[in-house]
Amino acid sequence: MTALLTDRTAGYLESEVRAALGTVVDPELDEPITDVGFVRSVTVRGSAVEVHLRLPTSFCAPNFAWLMVSDAHDAVSAVPGVGSVVVELDDHHDSDLINRGLAAGLGYRGTFGHEAEESLDELRATFRRKAHTAAMERALTGLLRTDPGADVAAVTLGDLPAGEHTTDALLRRRAALGLPVDDGAPVLLHPDGTRPTPAEAPMALRRARSVRVSVDGNAHFCRGLLTTRYPGSEADQTPRPEDRPLLPLTVSKGTQP
Amino acid sequence: MYSKDGEDYYIVDAHIALWDARPENQRNVHGRQFIDCFYDYHRNLSPESEVWGYEEYLYQGGERLMRDVFVDGIVDHAIFQPARLAEFYHRGFGQTEEAFALAQAHPDRLTYNHYWDPRDGENGLTALREAAERMNLRGVKLYTADWHGESRGWKLTDPMAYRYLELSQELGIRNIHIHKGPTIRPLDRDAFDVADVDHVASDFTELNFVVEHCGLPRLEDFCWIATQEPNVFAGLAVAIPFIHTRPRYFAQIMGELTYWLGEDRILFASDYALWTPKWLVERFVDFQIPEDMTPEYAPLTTELKKKVLGLNAARLYDLDVPAHLRLPDAGETATGPRQPAAADLASV
Repeated sequence: MTALLTDRTAGYLESEVRAALGTVVDPELDEPITDVGFVRSVTVRGSAVEVHLRLPTSFCAPNFAWLMVSDAHDAVSAVPGVGSVVVELDDHHDSDLINRGLAAGLGYRGTFGHEAEESLDELRATFRRKAHTAAMERALTGLLRTDPGADVAAVTLGDLPAGEHTTDALLRRRAALGLPVDDGAPVLLHPDGTRPTPAEAPMALRRARSVRVSVDGNAHFCRGLLTTRYPGSEADQTPRPEDRPLLPLTVSKGTQP
Repeated sequence: MYSKDGEDYYIVDAHIALWDARPENQRNVHGRQFIDCFYDYHRNLSPESEVWGYEEYLYQGGERLMRDVFVDGIVDHAIFQPARLAEFYHRGFGQTEEAFALAQAHPDRLTYNHYWDPRDGENGLTALREAAERMNLRGVKLYTADWHGESRGWKLTDPMAYRYLELSQELGIRNIHIHKGPTIRPLDRDAFDVADVDHVASDFTELNFVVEHCGLPRLEDFCWIATQEPNVFAGLAVAIPFIHTRPRYFAQIMGELTYWLGEDRILFASDYALWTPKWLVERFVDFQIPEDMTPEYAPLTTELKKKVLGLNAARLYDLDVPAHLRLPDAGETATGPRQPAAADLASV
């Protein structure tokens, strides 16, 4: 009976831990680390939790690696009932440095020493803006495809189809950045949140398109590389969300996709 | 030369390497991690028929390179772009003397580009002078994410890098190929940032800056810089193999590059031995923007393909292209977006 209760508790705690990890986002790909298969394992013993993360290459940028690993540590630590937390990054060129720094609670600057200047806040903000820009382009290109004559500079949030994944995704990202979400708010914005003039509008949308192509392309390649590096990890990936339907990237079978 | 459907293409592979990643040359675990990363790229993006075994991937040697690139590879001319990686490999990753000797033995086929690193200081400047004279350098490959003692990266705007760029200009090393890897310092900012290219391209207008991998994974930042700087070029190494597993992504990359840079500033490259050039050239000649993307992107013309596959690089390196393979000069504007009439926003 006791054993059963413990198993049930451990199972419950594990699902709570996984849910918490689902709030951790790869800023570059704008996707939860649980969706892209970066969570290698979750082990719960009593109230002690150990999580292992993995990335598509040994040479993924260490600043993004640190953001995901430290965010994962914070998210898991906040789950009620969790006691000790170990989060480790496997197989990265900075695994030892990052895992040691995280375990010792050294923080970003304490871990990276002279390579770190202040914080990673601006990096995080840059990629939140890119995520918004990509969502904006998806919504506007969707609109242009149904109505090629639409005046992009004048489109407001109220003109976008309500309830569509692309519209909802845009509203979520605007809210995250503190941008207006009312029906009358213009959709097309510069990366800094200001509104382009009608003359600037075509270029602003083209720039947004290049951001969207970049984010989507990186997401697909990183997902693919992970499955090449860790055979079987495709089982841990969920398809890219439906809020990104435009110009889908058909993937034909590579050798070890 | 490659021929298809009555069209002849002069082919320049603008990025090849002669590397040695065998265990005896690996200095530490990073040497293994680095080549494993390359091998995963290779396995992930290659058609099944083009995949090599791991052992043969570690080292090819000159004889095999000549066969892969020229005999089987339909390439007219190829350019070495070596990476030093001295912290990962005892004798470095790119094999300088072996590649240079091969280029000397086949001057009509091969150009040897060298590298420099501003962290080598004054001694490195002297070494660059000597290398330029001995090797008759026309170009260099710079890897800003290379490790060097305590340092794990540098920027083109570092004061010492300016000294090297000044000397390059003085020595007639006109073509500066840049690989923006995951530069670690300063860690606060985006590791793949290409903003430093913008500065040096403005300050060294006599030099050509070829950004390898067309700035991937920051295609958007690269395009925005390149559209404003007439001396910034896109190298297709690592981008072009997407043509197989992710053709729609590749279509979007080509669509973006063509829109922002125009067809005169994009260079084909296989990144041999990451991939071999033959299948890439064949696929590229056959490639077209999918029909459902034509609201956003114009079709790729035969003229564009001829330029990208060889004529653009031939211009940078003064290669002697046979008269029947040339094209008249394009006369595109130097900066700003291209083909505006072909984009979906022409009516906005």
